Order: sequence, then C-alpha cells, then structure tokens
Amino acid sequence: MGRFPAPVGLRLMKKNDVVLIAVIVILAFAAFVGVSLYSASASGEGEAVVYLDGEEQGRYPLDQDCSIEIPSGDGKYNRLEIKDGQAAMAEATCPDKVCVKHRPVKKQGESLVCLPNKVVVEIENGGEPEVDGAAR
Amino acid sequence: MAKKTAYLGMMTALAFVLSYLESLLPINVGVPGVKLGLANLVVIVALETIGFKEACALSLVRVLLTAFTFGNPAGMLYSLAGGAFSLLAMAGAKKLNLFSLAGISVLGGVFHNIGQLAAAVLVVETASLVYYLPVLVLSGTAAGVAVGGLAAVLIRHLKGLSQR
Repeated sequence: MGRFPAPVGLRLMKKNDVVLIAVIVILAFAAFVGVSLYSASASGEGEAVVYLDGEEQGRYPLDQDCSIEIPSGDGKYNRLEIKDGQAAMAEATCPDKVCVKHRPVKKQGESLVCLPNKVVVEIENGGEPEVDGAAR
Repeated sequence: MAKKTAYLGMMTALAFVLSYLESLLPINVGVPGVKLGLANLVVIVALETIGFKEACALSLVRVLLTAFTFGNPAGMLYSLAGGAFSLLAMAGAKKLNLFSLAGISVLGGVFHNIGQLAAAVLVVETASLVYYLPVLVLSGTAAGVAVGGLAAVLIRHLKGLSQR
C-alpha cells in the first residue's frame, strides 16, 4: 500500500480556500436573511400570479381553492392547484417535472418555475393591492 | 498530439458517464438546480492537466451529448450557461494562483449555479428566481469541496500513471 496517497484531509486546502469558503457562506447567509426579512415584511393575503414567457396571464388569491390549467402552446400545459392557502404545480407536460416536485409555495416572492414550458408562478402580496383597490 | 487526443476522448467519455450516473441519482431538496456536479470533476482535471481550451471543448461536447441523449434539450441552454460561467471562474481562479483545487472547484460550483440561474432569469424574464440564489450558492460550495477533493486525489493518481 506504499503507493497509496496519504488520507485526504485539510492538507488539500490552503488557508485561502478556507477563507474563500467562509466568505461565500457568510454572503449566502446574509442574502438568505435578507430574502427572509423581505418575505416576512409583506402582509395581507397573497395571490399566485401566473406568467407565461414573462407575460402575466392571471392572478389567483391563495385563500380560494382552485385548479388552473396553464397552456403554453403545442399541447403543452401546467396545472396549478391552490389548496389550503398554498400553490403547487399538480401536473406538467415538461420532461423534467422540476416544478411538480417543488414544495408548495405560499410566501411572498416564492415561485414555482417550469423552465421547459416557460411558466412561472409567483406569490405576490403586501399592502399595495389595497391601495390600488381604494384608488380604483 | 495523438496521445493528447486519446486522453481528451477518454476524459469526454468519462464526463459523459458521470453525467449519466448523476441523472440516475436525482437529489430533490425542493429547489431546482441543486446537484453534485460530478462531471465537473473531469473538467477540473482537464483544466489542471491539459489546459483551458481543451477543458472548454470537453465541457461543450459533454453538455451537447448529455442534452441530446438522456438529458433534455430544453435544459441545454442552462447547462451551457452554467458550464461557461464555471469554466471562466475556475480558469480565473487558477490564474490568480491563490487557491488550491478545493478553492478552484468551489468557485466553479458556485459560478455554475449563478450562470444557470442568470440564464433562467433571462429566459423566463422573472427576477424573483434570485430567491434561489442563497441555497444554490451554498449547495455549489458544498459540491465544490467534494468535487475538488476528489479531483486532487485523481490528479495525484493520474500523474503516477503517466510516469510509468
């Protein structure tokens, strides 16, 4: 076993590597906290906003259970289901099904994305819609 | 020259097989894009033992092969963006000469995810995908440490082989 290399340990890493990893982890946590604070700052009932290829298709309040089919052409579609205040992709014709496996979303800024079909469902809410309603 | 060609061909095949292996082991944590990036192992070894141009070619061929066989062509754009960002970051890090393989590989993993996310934001025109960034950066870091460690061991063995 003489040719076998010594056990892989910290020897593989230089001090710089450790510093780099620490900086990246700290930045990621800072971004995570920022995102969480932003999500928590929103109040009021959320809506699931459906976008196809960047264009808004419709808004659906999270407090009403429903099932929406989102056609994306060529017989492709995604089916969005809103239940118990959460939105989830119940069905999709895309090959990878990443959107279907995604956990249900309900918080401001969370989204369900189906890249092959270019469908995005985003949760939006906050105080602004009420102001809009009053102005109307 | 012929030896280099054979070596590159072998590496491409290896990257292809590793991509396949990884497609058999889906890691599903509820956030799309989290993965180990085993094929990056081969790209790092190529970058380290052959050169930048060859590593680019290898990465490109691997992405195309994977997309048209067991991957899906719709995802190819994201793989290409991720691969390009990752390679540029790793080549840059190597030039700086500050980091060992682990650091280079971490930067590769993190920038792969950043590139993929950037492509996705442009394609679906939804900036809110940035919400995934913290998780993707952390998972890229973890994957980078693992892949970088493996690459260091692999390169040591490869050097032993070529000296025989």
